Amino acid sequence: METKKAIISVKNLVKKYDDFVAVQDLSFDVYENEIFGLLGPNGAGKTTTLEIIETLRAKTSGEIIVDGFSVDKHAHEIKQIIGVQLQAAGYYPNLNLIELIELFAGLYGANIKPMEMLEKVNLQDKAKAKYKALSGGQKQRFSIATTLINQPKIIFLDEPTTGLDPQARRNLWDLITEIRSNGTTVVITTHYMDEAEQLCDRVAFVERGQIIALDTPDNLIDKLVSSGFERKKEVKKANLEDVFINLTGKEWRE
Amino acid sequence: MNDNNINAQADREELNSGMKTETTNRGGAYSNTKATLALAKASFRSIIRSPSAVVFTLAFPLIFILVFGFLGGGGTHIDVGISPGPDLKNPVVGMLEKTGMIRLVKDKSKEDFAKLLEKGNVDAMIDVHRKVNSVAYSVNVVYTSASMDKGNILKSVLNNLFYDKNLKPSIAEIKESTVHGREYKTIDFILPGQLGFSLLSTGVFGTAFVFLSLRQTLVIKRFFATPVKRSSIVIGEGIARIGFALIGALFIIVLGNLFFGFTLVHGAITVVNMLVLATLGVIVFMGFGFIISGIAKNESMVPPISNIVTLPQFLLSGTFFSIEAFPKWLQPISRALPLTYLNDAMRKVAFEGVGLWDVKFQIMILFIWGIGIYAVAVKVFKWE
Ligand SMILES: Nc1ncnc2c1ncn2[C@@H]1O[C@H](COP(=O)(O)OP(=O)(O)OP(=O)(O)O)[C@@H](O)[C@H]1O
Ligand SMILES: [Mg+2]
Repeated sequence: METKKAIISVKNLVKKYDDFVAVQDLSFDVYENEIFGLLGPNGAGKTTTLEIIETLRAKTSGEIIVDGFSVDKHAHEIKQIIGVQLQAAGYYPNLNLIELIELFAGLYGANIKPMEMLEKVNLQDKAKAKYKALSGGQKQRFSIATTLINQPKIIFLDEPTTGLDPQARRNLWDLITEIRSNGTTVVITTHYMDEAEQLCDRVAFVERGQIIALDTPDNLIDKLVSSGFERKKEVKKANLEDVFINLTGKEWRE
Repeated sequence: MNDNNINAQADREELNSGMKTETTNRGGAYSNTKATLALAKASFRSIIRSPSAVVFTLAFPLIFILVFGFLGGGGTHIDVGISPGPDLKNPVVGMLEKTGMIRLVKDKSKEDFAKLLEKGNVDAMIDVHRKVNSVAYSVNVVYTSASMDKGNILKSVLNNLFYDKNLKPSIAEIKESTVHGREYKTIDFILPGQLGFSLLSTGVFGTAFVFLSLRQTLVIKRFFATPVKRSSIVIGEGIARIGFALIGALFIIVLGNLFFGFTLVHGAITVVNMLVLATLGVIVFMGFGFIISGIAKNESMVPPISNIVTLPQFLLSGTFFSIEAFPKWLQPISRALPLTYLNDAMRKVAFEGVGLWDVKFQIMILFIWGIGIYAVAVKVFKWE
């Protein structure tokens, strides 16, 4: 991470849904080839922020540049160089996985072998299965396969491990690490702090549409420890989960 | 775990090599056509695997055709008065009797027929007599504006009997070979109607369901994350839907022709003309589907709203009965519906063997409907 070239730059992003301000004055950079985590409680504005960068939602104000392209003027170009996994998405009905991958290859104008894409996420055995017939983890893996079809420079993963068992999660971590090691930048959201700590080079904490902390997991933990924080009843000093709770409070969010 | 690692290694190499080819690929322009066709292919696959599409487009119309095909003469009757004369056993009358569709009314005076004609109690009056010093017959037909529709059917019957030499008030030279011409059957009335109904269902229900469910299950949202254009999505879906409807239409026409003797005056050319009309029809009907997908809040609202569109047309557009069978006050409504004109054009093309130019009026009405519907569709259609 010596050469910190920003591949995504978000400046003063604001998003209002009618009167409600979901994102207020957000600014951050994502560096080339890093795994960048967006963390924060439900309704903090993570999905909103991601989908604005992905050119799927209109912003109220601010400036976003993705690999040199502005979301305002070059949405089409941006879409060609990003891969997107949505927090909630569906796939064309009545088609099997191979056919779905073929469809996406056409939509992206990519020349790929569908079976190879499925092998990347270890779904080759389910090639003839319908998306509906997959388990939760398999669905997530399939979604990730669809993000890789156009060999994107950046992929966005919105809670890719939610609902997965610990093994499936760790498998996905391997996959994500591997995608990154092939030169792809990864932007990910998650509610699992161990995951963020393990995967992410840097994380941003979002709370009520604002960034309240942005650093490497290590630095954030160190900072908390040096402020005199100590875990109750435990010998270990702290983990990122503590940072999360400490920063965003303990109360329930809708 | 070991296996995984090996796989991972292999994948990495694949990804890497992929990256290299991709840098050269990316220079090439993005192809909207490729995206559109990929969507059309996917959509078509999806349609033929969905039971409801197949049932509505093929099974229903075929069942009706089967029922009416076997019922035989149970369809429309045309009452034709034969003006009194010495030679009622002539071959023209004989042929008319054979069609099964025409009920000859005899034993009335010319004046009686004139009154009946005026009221529409008979659909036409026909006068056949041998020309002096000739073996040929002269045929004189009087239609009535009170029953133009049936008159038209009779006209096509005569048309076919006499080929195109028909009603030149001059001489119909009926040769034996000519007289054994086409015979009019119920299927010739029923099949175009069922075809129209099939196109209506596919266009309206199919389109409404697909776009609503693609929107609600966030399939379209995922599409929007790719560089595909909205127009590609609509056109791709349209190609698939039209392709499916035309295959269905072809199937119905060929089956009707092979098993029930559905008349195709000019054979393949007639079929092509019918398919052109079918395309126009299904495009217009898809417009209703787009509108419904926009106003329906969920899938269970699609059938009732679709029925509001399809049922009146199904009943009032001459699918089963000639429009003339309806009370006078209903007929203007019938004449306002697009399916009426599609059915009308289909019958003319199949029945009478006319070209598309001859049904330009019907085509024009369908165009006007199309423009109106798509103007509304553009307003109410929702992408998300
Ligand atoms: N289409 C919308 N219309 C109105 N409000 C919305 C809309 N989408 C999101 N919001 C609101 O904006 C806020 C941010 O939502 P967002 O989905 O970005 O949260 P999130 O950080 O992704 O949450 P989660 O962790 O639950 O996924 C929430 O309060 C949500 O209710
Ligand atoms: Mg979210």
